[in-house]
Amino acid sequence: MDLQALIFSFFNLEVIRDYWPDIVRGMAVTIELGVLVSLTGIVVGLLLAIVRALQIKALSFFIVCFADILRAVPPLVVIMILFFAFPYIQVSMSAFVATWLSLSLVLAAFAEEICWAGIVSVPKGQAEAARSTGLSWWQSMCFVVVPQALRLTVAPLTNRVIAITKSTALGSVVGLSEVLNNSQSAMSMSGNATPLMMGAVGCLIIFIPVVLLGRWTETRFRWKQ
Amino acid sequence: MIRPILEIIGLRKSYGELEVLKGIDLRVESGKLVFIIGPSGSGKSSLLRCCNRLEESSSGQILVDGEDITAHNADLNRIRQNIGMVFQHFNLYRHMSALGNVTLALRKVQKLSTKQAQERGREALNRVGLSDKEDAFPDQLSGGQQQRVGIARSLALRPKVVLFDEPTSALDPELVGDVLNVMRELKEDGMTMLVVSHEMSFANAAADHVVFMDQGLIVEQGIPQKIFGQPEHLRTQTFLARMSAH
Repeated sequence: MDLQALIFSFFNLEVIRDYWPDIVRGMAVTIELGVLVSLTGIVVGLLLAIVRALQIKALSFFIVCFADILRAVPPLVVIMILFFAFPYIQVSMSAFVATWLSLSLVLAAFAEEICWAGIVSVPKGQAEAARSTGLSWWQSMCFVVVPQALRLTVAPLTNRVIAITKSTALGSVVGLSEVLNNSQSAMSMSGNATPLMMGAVGCLIIFIPVVLLGRWTETRFRWKQ
Repeated sequence: MIRPILEIIGLRKSYGELEVLKGIDLRVESGKLVFIIGPSGSGKSSLLRCCNRLEESSSGQILVDGEDITAHNADLNRIRQNIGMVFQHFNLYRHMSALGNVTLALRKVQKLSTKQAQERGREALNRVGLSDKEDAFPDQLSGGQQQRVGIARSLALRPKVVLFDEPTSALDPELVGDVLNVMRELKEDGMTMLVVSHEMSFANAAADHVVFMDQGLIVEQGIPQKIFGQPEHLRTQTFLARMSAH
């Protein structure tokens, strides 16, 4: 066992000193993108699920198609289409916007299905009780059905958010300077694998809190009894 | 003749081919407790649910205090304030405290301030004997307590009539009494109530008027002494005999 060589290649202090600002900058991009994607994806997904609950056939059909296609297609393909193909129809966007939009759409598709399942699982009597006291359809949705549906969605939604924010690394194919891309560049430039380890630590720093947040929300939203 | 609070005229309701209400005429006068009894599938619940348009009737009219609620341009959300509904399975909002359940519509529909809404909500909870449970969530309450919160939720809106859809069917036998007591007190306070239930002895003791329905029609109606004592129709007799055999 050559511990010395292992440390030189993977935990090289000199490389760490030279490249840590790059990694931190990459982490900032990853965090920014992850937060934006989570917000847009969940909000759009929830709205789509609520619109689907209106049970207007044409709209529901459109939403189901959207959700099924975007859940089936690899996110990488969506990013490449937006970034490389859209300029030909006069729609150009930065690597950041392309990645944000693609991942948001994919997350929205999953979030729609999760929220829809949540809405469907709230007993019909809840909305009936709300309507019988004079609440409008939207009011009963906002104050009675959705708050109960969301409790059931916290766990699966958190898992999805973790998965999709990790896919921010896909932005590297269109040259986005997120944490993994920056580690890889640093790795080639230094000819040393240490930046990859730094990237891994960076990811842990970013995602462990998200996982813990998920656990906390699960207990926070249990029914009081 | 006094104008009834609730008047149902020639009400029909079909689910596709199946006609569940075949022309119902019924008058409920102010302050009366009217009981609807009948075998399952007789259309009792559908009738009740048509009265606040949780279900749409196919034809006929329903007048609440003279106002036609089946009209196309009827302002449903306003009309529903006048018609309380109590459900078999309580249907309390699980994410809200008892007081939250009772005050939601006061705040969002009647637009009362939080303080005013809470005052009225406490008043309603007090009326069903649950003033000490206002912070409890539905899952922390017994079935009987949940149903009383359900009653308070409809009372808080100060409705003109309250519809009870089998209010005690989902309760353990020892909890039924509490709910019936509340209903008896409401009647003493002059509340108008239309009740679908299988509590025959309660109907016999407390109802002003009993309606027997079968196969989407009112077979006979009258004071409880007549319906339970000397039912005219064979179908009523058979039904009552079957119920008392239990």
